[in-house]
Amino acid sequence: MLPSSPQVEKARVKDLNFYYGSVHILKNISLTIGEKQVTAVIGPSGCGKTTYLRCFNRMHDLYPGNRYEGEVILHPDYVNILSPTVDPIEIRMRISMVFQKPNPFPKSIFENVAYGLRVRGWTDRAVLDEKVEQALRRAVLWEEVKDRLTHPALTLSGGQQQRLCIARALATEPEILLFDEPTSALDPTATARIEELILDLKTQVTIIIVTHNMQQAARVSDFTAFLYLGELVEFNKTDKMFTAPSNRLTEDYITGRFG
Amino acid sequence: MKPSPDGSGGCPRGAHSSRVARERAIEWALLFAALTSVAVTVGIAGVLVYESLPFFRHVSLAEFLTDPQWTPLFSEAHYGILPLVAGTLVTTAVALLMALPVGTITAIYLSECATLVVRETVKPLLELLTAVPTVVFGYFALLFVTPFLQLIWADLPGFNMLSAGLVIGVMIIPYVSSLSEDAMRAVPMDIREGSYAMGATRMQTALRVVVPSALSGIAAAYALGISRAIGETMVVAIAAGMQPTLTWNPLEPAETITAYIVQVSLGDLPHGSIGYQSIFAAGLTLLLMTLLFNVAGYLLRKGFWKAY
Ligand SMILES: Nc1ncnc2c1ncn2[C@@H]1O[C@H](COP(=O)(O)OP(=O)(O)O)[C@@H](O)[C@H]1O
Ligand SMILES: [Mg+2]
Repeated sequence: MLPSSPQVEKARVKDLNFYYGSVHILKNISLTIGEKQVTAVIGPSGCGKTTYLRCFNRMHDLYPGNRYEGEVILHPDYVNILSPTVDPIEIRMRISMVFQKPNPFPKSIFENVAYGLRVRGWTDRAVLDEKVEQALRRAVLWEEVKDRLTHPALTLSGGQQQRLCIARALATEPEILLFDEPTSALDPTATARIEELILDLKTQVTIIIVTHNMQQAARVSDFTAFLYLGELVEFNKTDKMFTAPSNRLTEDYITGRFG
Repeated sequence: MKPSPDGSGGCPRGAHSSRVARERAIEWALLFAALTSVAVTVGIAGVLVYESLPFFRHVSLAEFLTDPQWTPLFSEAHYGILPLVAGTLVTTAVALLMALPVGTITAIYLSECATLVVRETVKPLLELLTAVPTVVFGYFALLFVTPFLQLIWADLPGFNMLSAGLVIGVMIIPYVSSLSEDAMRAVPMDIREGSYAMGATRMQTALRVVVPSALSGIAAAYALGISRAIGETMVVAIAAGMQPTLTWNPLEPAETITAYIVQVSLGDLPHGSIGYQSIFAAGLTLLLMTLLFNVAGYLLRKGFWKAY
């Protein structure tokens, strides 16, 4: 039988529960994130995909009243991401995020990509130049913007803005890249380019991608987690999940019987 | 009903044309409203120019701009605007050195750091400051701030620009902070989250992302603050003295353009006398100064992109 969990681990989620105030959203989620693999999180709208993803970089710490329970152990140093004694900024230095709607800063293209480096105290222009170019190349945006790095980022198209946000997230060489429905605001051509990019990137970095588009999950991911009403219904290799799901609910969802 | 080719959604023709007429009427009404404020501004500028023409027939522009004395009502009259301009600039500078940093920091604190309870308490209290009549601020400067400053500089004169400037600064803090805070809070949360997600601290997010995003709003707040400081009359008339002296030292007494205008307007000058005309020349200068600041602010904002 095929292994139903990844062989080289990057992170392990153990009994994760999450509460917005007193509302219990995520319930006892446990799974393993494979190193340099793409893990997709699918499920109907409102099932908790975004909530789940935002646990990995402690985004919920920004708002009062939110509470985590359980552990997310990050390899190789076995630090518990959710531990109150762990500084969320340390975590966000290692785990980057790309949002649902492109959210470039009202700065130049260059400064957008350099942002994470500047926040980390880099000021040497030569280093910044090199790292910004490298990140833009990895995000397959370099050729389009190399002659107008000083232009405002908001002059780019939606798809370019999203690739800029990917370059921004890549510039600091994160260990994990989180994507929250990165193509839901884009047209089909721009979507295809982002998907291609994700496939390229997975040789270099661990990726977790939330999507409510099942074809997208099937195209880009190695493993898929299916969430329903805040519970993990099934976690499996993507090809297995989409051909022979082991759970009845999963089958109903991926065949479009609900959601 | 079939949709009609002009996209009017298949309304009967009569309804269509009456709607067009109504739209037109509304557009004209809006245009008229917009033009009113423009017309008033142009009108004021026109009156100032027209009324100061006789003044400039009597006084050369060179004398107006270079003579170090302003004594239009003396028998040996001098008509140099510089002392009044210096007084205006010094009190404004003192006020802005106080109000812009304090107002901006207050705005950053209220928008990015304060809890809801603190914000909802502090903001109305600050805005209450704008309800205090300026004449009260004037006497506050003269009878409280000046004696206090004299503890530090024993030979500080009873009338001085420092005290007036500081009090004007306090007076305009709420304008700067309130408008800046509104602009910063209007910055969408997803831009802030983008910054936090890159590992930025609260302060880095506030200074590197929120403030630049809110820049046009903050600039508007500064412009309002600057205009208020330049145009402030009561505080300077009461606390800075009414002697036009050409000095750039805030520890000395001086007169501002506004204080001169109010001083002379309160006396009974014969219509058409040179003293009467000098009010308009002074007013025109004040208007030009305000305009200059606004243009400078506009150019600075345009140049901002290069810095970022
Ligand atoms: N800030 C919040 N406070 C309270 N409830 C929330 C908050 N954000 C999301 N929720 C609720 O949590 C559930 C999961 O939301 P979310 O994670 O955004 O779902 P998904 O991304 O799968 O569409 C939804 O029922 C939503 O209404
Ligand atoms: Mg979501």
